[in-house]
Amino acid sequence: MKDLGAYRPLDYFQLMEVSLRELLVEKGVVTEDAIKGAMATMRARGPERGAAMVARAWLDPAYKARMVANGSQAAEELGFEVPGLKLIVVENTPKAHNVVVCTLCSCYPRMLLGIPPEWYKSRPYRSRVVREPRKVLGEFGLKVPAKVRIRVHDSNADMRYMVLPMRPAGTDGWSEERLASLVTRDSLIGVAVPVLPKKPKTRKS
Amino acid sequence: MPDARFRPGDAVRVRKSAPLGHIRTPFYIRGHSGVVERVCGAFPNPEELAQQRDGLPAQPLYRVRFRQQDVWPDYRGSAADVIEVEIFQQWIE
Amino acid sequence: MIERGHHDMGGQPAGKVKRTEHAYDDWQLRVDAMMMLLVGVVGGRKRMTVDELRKNIESLPPADYDKMGYYDRWVISLTQTMIQRGVITTDELARKLAEVEKRARR
Repeated sequence: MKDLGAYRPLDYFQLMEVSLRELLVEKGVVTEDAIKGAMATMRARGPERGAAMVARAWLDPAYKARMVANGSQAAEELGFEVPGLKLIVVENTPKAHNVVVCTLCSCYPRMLLGIPPEWYKSRPYRSRVVREPRKVLGEFGLKVPAKVRIRVHDSNADMRYMVLPMRPAGTDGWSEERLASLVTRDSLIGVAVPVLPKKPKTRKS
Repeated sequence: MPDARFRPGDAVRVRKSAPLGHIRTPFYIRGHSGVVERVCGAFPNPEELAQQRDGLPAQPLYRVRFRQQDVWPDYRGSAADVIEVEIFQQWIE
Repeated sequence: MIERGHHDMGGQPAGKVKRTEHAYDDWQLRVDAMMMLLVGVVGGRKRMTVDELRKNIESLPPADYDKMGYYDRWVISLTQTMIQRGVITTDELARKLAEVEKRARR
């Protein structure tokens, strides 16, 4: 086969994508613009919306109560469009740590957190986190003390879940924006907790 | 919508059954007993939606909390650890 | 054992979680976009349900399910669903696949 340089032939699945898309556009079922628009939305979507909700909850106990009572409404309150989302926010406490999974596929609050990471959709995570959560969290570098109970949430039907992590110590007086910057995607899934950034060590000259 | 038969705090058992089709009750939880944590609301039946049917009438969906040590014979975590799973009313005995 | 769907993997033995991450390719984002449009999440006429997407993924042979990437499974399932729904036919797909492949080889 001649050397085609950087050209990579379409594999079966990429061929299928092009073919499906062209047929759907030809038939007027979708438009290229609509596809581009949806792509742009999901490409840009990270966990910022979820982080913003958490930061607001840390500062405003009434908002936090509303968020735990009705997660979707709390998202909409901050101006986030979450069509059809039925969100349950599960709160970490000194006595309980929450972690979320979809054992059957990959259900995830995408409009608030973006597309889920590959590992969330993988066999090892989906199989093991329901059965040995402490060991799996340990592999993520998170050790949950034995006196803290773990609540695993399987998003197996219509609800979607987001963890409300505990506010780290040492953040008194922080602005909402600065607090939000501590809230990572992994802490919203429950495989991590927010930590303060390490202070860079000053070098002795 | 059929009325919700169960309330938070009720002890319930998931049917042990292995039918065919699209099922949203995970295999690992079937046959196990837990406590209703909340009534999520009523939703069209996904088993029917998957077959291009409308899944109506909407059916009550519950979050049920199970003790991990009840679900897994070899569970090594804390006795207080739980797993919370969404169970449709027709899957509750 | 057919009683437990291959996708229904909660509690099954598995190895360590691999935490490598990568940005998604454009073709994968296009698959994602088509799904959102076809299930009607982002407006427009709803052509299918997410339940049908899941059912068709669950119907993949286990060895393929394991070997295929996430969006590989989605694009096959979306296409199957569109055939089941009568939006496209197998013959239309066959002709289009041949046309696209011919174009790609030029």
